[in-house]
Amino acid sequence: MPDNSIADLRPRQGFQPSRLIGWVGREPMTASCVAVLLFFVLVAIFAPLIAGDPIALNPAERLTSSSESAIWGRDHLGRDVFARAVYGTRTSMLVGFSVAGLTTLFGVAIGIYAGMSRIGGAVIMRLNDAMMAIPAILLAIALASLMNAGVVTVIIAITLPEIPRMVRLVRSVVLGVREQPYVAAATSIGTSGLAMVWRHILPNTLGPVLVQATYACASAIIASAVLSFLGVGTSPEVPSWGGMMADARSYFRIHPELMAYPGALLSMLVLVVNILGDRLSDALDPRKTRRGSL
Amino acid sequence: MSSKPYLSLDKISKTYALGREKFGGPERFLQAVDQISLDVPRGETLGLVGESGCGKSSLARLIMQLERPSSGAIAFDGVDPAGLNATELKAARQRFQMIFQDPYASLNPRMRARAIIAEALVNFRKGNAEEINRRVEELAIQVGLSSFHLDRFPHELSGGQCQRIGIARAIALSPDLIVADEPVSALDVSIQAQILNLIVRLQEEMGLTLVFISHDLSVVSHVADRVAVMYLGRIVELGKTADLFGRPAHPYTRTLLTAVPRPMPSSRGKRSRISGELPSPLNPPSGCHFRTRCSFADARCAAEVPVLRVIGGAQQAACHHAEDIQATLNQDEIETDNA
Amino acid sequence: MTAVSPHIDTGQNVLTVSNLSLEFSNSAGVVRALDDVSFAVRKGEILSLVGESGCGKSVTAMSIMGLLPRHGARIVSGSVRLGEQELLGASERTMRRVRGDRIGMIFQDPMTSLNPVHTIGMQIAEVVRQHRGLSGAAARARALEMLELVRIPDARNRLGAYPHELSGGMRQRVMIAMALACDPELLIADEPTTALDVTVQAQVLDLIADLRQNLGMSVIFITHDLGVVSSTADRMMVMYAGRIVEEAPVEKLFARPSHGYTAGLLQSLPGTQTRHRDVLAEIPGSVPRLDKVVEGCAYAPRCSFATGACLDPLPPPRRIEPEHSARCIHSETVFETIRNTDIVRAWA
Repeated sequence: MPDNSIADLRPRQGFQPSRLIGWVGREPMTASCVAVLLFFVLVAIFAPLIAGDPIALNPAERLTSSSESAIWGRDHLGRDVFARAVYGTRTSMLVGFSVAGLTTLFGVAIGIYAGMSRIGGAVIMRLNDAMMAIPAILLAIALASLMNAGVVTVIIAITLPEIPRMVRLVRSVVLGVREQPYVAAATSIGTSGLAMVWRHILPNTLGPVLVQATYACASAIIASAVLSFLGVGTSPEVPSWGGMMADARSYFRIHPELMAYPGALLSMLVLVVNILGDRLSDALDPRKTRRGSL
Repeated sequence: MSSKPYLSLDKISKTYALGREKFGGPERFLQAVDQISLDVPRGETLGLVGESGCGKSSLARLIMQLERPSSGAIAFDGVDPAGLNATELKAARQRFQMIFQDPYASLNPRMRARAIIAEALVNFRKGNAEEINRRVEELAIQVGLSSFHLDRFPHELSGGQCQRIGIARAIALSPDLIVADEPVSALDVSIQAQILNLIVRLQEEMGLTLVFISHDLSVVSHVADRVAVMYLGRIVELGKTADLFGRPAHPYTRTLLTAVPRPMPSSRGKRSRISGELPSPLNPPSGCHFRTRCSFADARCAAEVPVLRVIGGAQQAACHHAEDIQATLNQDEIETDNA
Repeated sequence: MTAVSPHIDTGQNVLTVSNLSLEFSNSAGVVRALDDVSFAVRKGEILSLVGESGCGKSVTAMSIMGLLPRHGARIVSGSVRLGEQELLGASERTMRRVRGDRIGMIFQDPMTSLNPVHTIGMQIAEVVRQHRGLSGAAARARALEMLELVRIPDARNRLGAYPHELSGGMRQRVMIAMALACDPELLIADEPTTALDVTVQAQVLDLIADLRQNLGMSVIFITHDLGVVSSTADRMMVMYAGRIVEEAPVEKLFARPSHGYTAGLLQSLPGTQTRHRDVLAEIPGSVPRLDKVVEGCAYAPRCSFATGACLDPLPPPRRIEPEHSARCIHSETVFETIRNTDIVRAWA
């Protein structure tokens, strides 16, 4: 019934495998970034199959270099650095994607409301300004130290300061989209309220939002490392790249590799996510994709 | 044409507050539409002509109920939409539709043509999915599109094809009135005739009342039964197309007619002798807005706002010197092949 | 036949474009943007390039100015000679000296071509300083002189104005002043009045015509508006899908349209020959996309005169009368069909 046809109005773009192959050929840089990101995801998922126990202490072999049992050596408590790095991927990915997802969800909902409602928008934007006046990392540290240590705490602590940024972006995009003639056209054929948001506002806001989400993801990965480094992040026994780097600080002069392994992984992941964010903005613009054939 | 107007504008005005230019400076207002009264009988095509900033697009938005007038009343078939609640207004919107200038910007880039045309039918529950789909196919044929086009996104189609989608969307609910705001000015020359023919044909088939807005006088003279010329928010002349183009009574109408270069030998090497710039709509001249560019202007024009008054027959002009101007009209100066 | 305008020196070509072919390539494939374009601009004449979007008229201007995108544009063949100097393949340094000095250019949107943070006086003076090496005071004097030349009222005070303080028409005048500051031999005007209101357009057209007369420069005037062409140009070239399809002095071309496309354009104009609300003659279809190389006439699929022979490789331009040529194998039929329309009769 009518519901069916409303569903039919939803904007969509069909997936075509041939398009994907052509895209890899045209955009080798983007494609390799996607491959690296996919690799990290797989490592995070299959961590137990790749590495041994990341928590087991082995005091006898503390601060030893590469060996049969631990190919990247062992840290100051004799823990397997490779295993900790692999499991650390989990923490970083979990934090990064959760923060990006939650920021997008709340940021888009609040931002669209702020863009569509004049009075509500004004109130929200002033609250937003107040939130943004607090340095994000200090707010995160404060929140993290108030709550129990753990991944969920870290995610909340990083997401909260991230949301106002997303709200501001979404609102400004929505204000632009609202002025588009197709919105006036939709109004004059009787589209209003949620249908207007769902069919016209949201789909045309999503491009810049997803780009911002990738940046939120990258900065969340760094922020979680910073929190761990400062000792207010995940609990010390949970492996995380930031925690590993904090532990390695005391031994940096004699065992710089303890710092280098997690540091390199962190940099690579953040770089890849950032590049993908850049490319995403072009890819999401329907007008910039390949023109349909005659 | 019945004697009762379908669309009736009674002294409508629209003022926009623009804020202050400088901190502590005076608040600025833009009088986009200034006390316009106009009746459009059922089935008529009214041409609305003017340059940028004359308020013709604001007037379109007011008619379309996309904005509320600051003062004055609009009536469709005797009913003022200002008195309706949201649900009633939504229902009333079926009766008046709009065709937009930019064929691409007026279509949601993320929707296929089929969904764009179907949206109006979905909003008003005009049948189930299958019926709506069938109606969309009919509409597509009516505007000269095929099902191939229906499954495309706007950016995959040409400007003319997109404008056809916009027209199909506008006629989907079988409206009584269509406001066409510069419907061909963004199109290639070879496409303009297609779209003009389509609009005229649909109007005749559906018995539409049409408000046709354009800066292009030749397009308006081709389409319109009556023409209203606007200058800085006011109607300065109103009359039957042939009268107005043949014997313009307002100096601004005359200026417009001489300014448009037409592909005729008479325009060869002709100097238009138009003086002055369009004044800022933020700070229009007192009295008659056109007096700063008018060779007939005198003290009275600065002091007294000329009202739109009958000059002869159905022709009206807002000029203190309209009769003199019509009398001195040099027929050589103006192309008369429309008369 | 009509006499050539007195300003034109027929013996001297300012610019000669021969056999220019140009391709653009992007992810979607290769597009033949110009195909064997040849023409000459005489000293003192206004030559109009007429056509719709994508017909190659702006690309022609860009290749003359050496402003084609570095990547993606490929010149297949041809030459562009300014006097004796070859411009195609000239170094960027040479082209920088040519642009603004020997060839001036104005665009459709004057706002985007002016720097919003500098006064217009400074921007004009900068052009003269760069090309003529004038001192600050002399350059400012020249800027004032130029503003007066393009009839900007109260020019002395306007020197210190910023672009946003001027109206669209005034900005276009400033652009013209900048383009002419170094007395170029050639002015390229790319749709200079399209964004302007009709009364302002009339003023700018008058100005360009007067400047041509007073300064003796040549003008390439690019437009899609046949009305503008007929009021301003001496000679016109109609372009379609990257090719010149018809070329003649304006009076001759309107009096004897000899290409299916020209005829189609003239017939489809509202308000020129049809009676009120008559059905306009339509050109069916839409402007082609150029991503396939067409051997025959690119207009044939939309042309009401087309026959099978139109798809054969295109013959060289046909001479209709002196100075008038058309690339159409049915030129006689075209003319016989259209000769009794009001617009053609008016010019005959």
